[in-house]
Amino acid sequence: MANPHIAKHPEYDYDTVRLFCIATIIWGVVGMAVGVLIAAQMVWPVLNTPWEWFHFGRLRPLHTNAVIFAFGGSALMATSYYVVQRTCQVPLFSPFLSKFTFWGWQTVIVAAAITLPLGLTTTHEYAELEWPIDILIALVWVAYAVNFIGTIAKRKPNHIYVANWFFMAFILAVAILHIFNSIQYPVSLWKSYYVPSGAIDAMIQWWYGHNAVGFYLTAGFLGMMYYFVPKQAERPIYSYRLSIVHFWALIAIYMWAGAHHLHYSALPDWAQSLSMVFSLILLFPSWGGMINGIMTLSGAWDKLRTDPILKFLVVSLSFYGLATFEGPMLSIKTVNAMSHATDWTVGHVHAGALGWVAMITFGAMYHLIPIMYGRKQGQMYSIALINLHFWLATIGTVIYIASMWVNGLMQGLMWRAVNEDGTLTYTFVESLEASMPGYIVRTIGGALFLAGMLVMAWNVWCTSRGLWREDDDATALDPTLDTAAAPARG
Amino acid sequence: MDMNDLRALSTVLMFLTFLGIIAWTVIGGRDRFRDAANLPFADDESPDTDKTRQEKSS
Repeated sequence: MANPHIAKHPEYDYDTVRLFCIATIIWGVVGMAVGVLIAAQMVWPVLNTPWEWFHFGRLRPLHTNAVIFAFGGSALMATSYYVVQRTCQVPLFSPFLSKFTFWGWQTVIVAAAITLPLGLTTTHEYAELEWPIDILIALVWVAYAVNFIGTIAKRKPNHIYVANWFFMAFILAVAILHIFNSIQYPVSLWKSYYVPSGAIDAMIQWWYGHNAVGFYLTAGFLGMMYYFVPKQAERPIYSYRLSIVHFWALIAIYMWAGAHHLHYSALPDWAQSLSMVFSLILLFPSWGGMINGIMTLSGAWDKLRTDPILKFLVVSLSFYGLATFEGPMLSIKTVNAMSHATDWTVGHVHAGALGWVAMITFGAMYHLIPIMYGRKQGQMYSIALINLHFWLATIGTVIYIASMWVNGLMQGLMWRAVNEDGTLTYTFVESLEASMPGYIVRTIGGALFLAGMLVMAWNVWCTSRGLWREDDDATALDPTLDTAAAPARG
Repeated sequence: MDMNDLRALSTVLMFLTFLGIIAWTVIGGRDRFRDAANLPFADDESPDTDKTRQEKSS
């Protein structure tokens, strides 16, 4: 790569971080585009073309794997490798392991993108990849863990910054979850069967599934939050003591909550009720963390007017608060009796995925990518385009989740409606027809979100070419540059 | 004492450990973690990451 704008840090490994940043952008575009396609397939079934590789049932796991493991995973590896170097003040433990995690992880993603459309799947949700890919994931993940913890082991400051605690919990928990939810008999190269069966298999699957939410999509991205929110706001976290309590409370409670995916199933009733109680308790550490992040801006709220990167970070925390309030409510058995298997669940997931995970990633990437190209933090090609992306993403998310709330409540009420003689009032197809307006609105929301992602990709491309947008407000991100000095530009 | 007593005991011990962490965190005042909270700002930008919009365009 002969790009002269690439920053070479004298000590830290910025190359691996930059590669993961680029991967984040590319897989973000791909994963979200597949999401919009499958949303459109639910509105226009004709889009399920004669080729089975592109049917909804095969593209849906491709979408979830692409946004969670390709987009989210690359973002987590980029930011964790960056944050651990900056807060431990040492380069990454092993240059070989750094390169191995990058190319190994990209190989996993490409293997997923080939096998899922071919219909090769274990059928376990969010763990669809077949056993040879599972082994590669385990190898890459162990390399990641050794590299990350090895870096912490040789740190210069005595204290391990709280963001690194969250990243470590994420890495260790995902290793355990992945290995125990991949205990399979291979019967051929691309077919395997799970060793546990029945209710035990279901319990292991949702112990895995919910802790993937808890440790991958929550703890990992909270690690991002605890570094990039203070750094972008240029002030330390609101309460460091609260961050310690937040960490231990969150990881102690999350592990118990997975069974709420199995209410009214063959799982023992006590396990269902226990998971509900722990899910309700989870509200407290979740909101503690949200308050800690948002209150970091206390005394500097004016920055939100001028800095769209900070807007991304703070609005992501607001959606985190929304999703972590909604989650405990949905885990209540009587609420779940109505919401389960409706679009409400889809809306809830996307409140977290679009509003929290993607938005905090956008904020962190807009902070980080300019540094990878020798600029100051946040100094992208265009600040105005970040602002445009912010509004596309926010409006897209709100439209998406609102349409799914309406659909979910309607479906839940239609499915449980009974006539006086005990027969069902509505057929399933009637509820599907009633859902169509919501599916159209959802597709529009997703398309807006994807449009924002494309704006970001353009902004990143121009930043990597060393360009500056001429009509941009140069003072937006740096109060030390006053307008009197600005006319020198361009 | 059977296996389930040990399981219950392990849960109680984990809970007590959690309470111990909370106590350790809260006792000792808020200034104890000042240096830790400032770790993101401890290593300054290196000179090669110091280009600003202003310099580029002048």
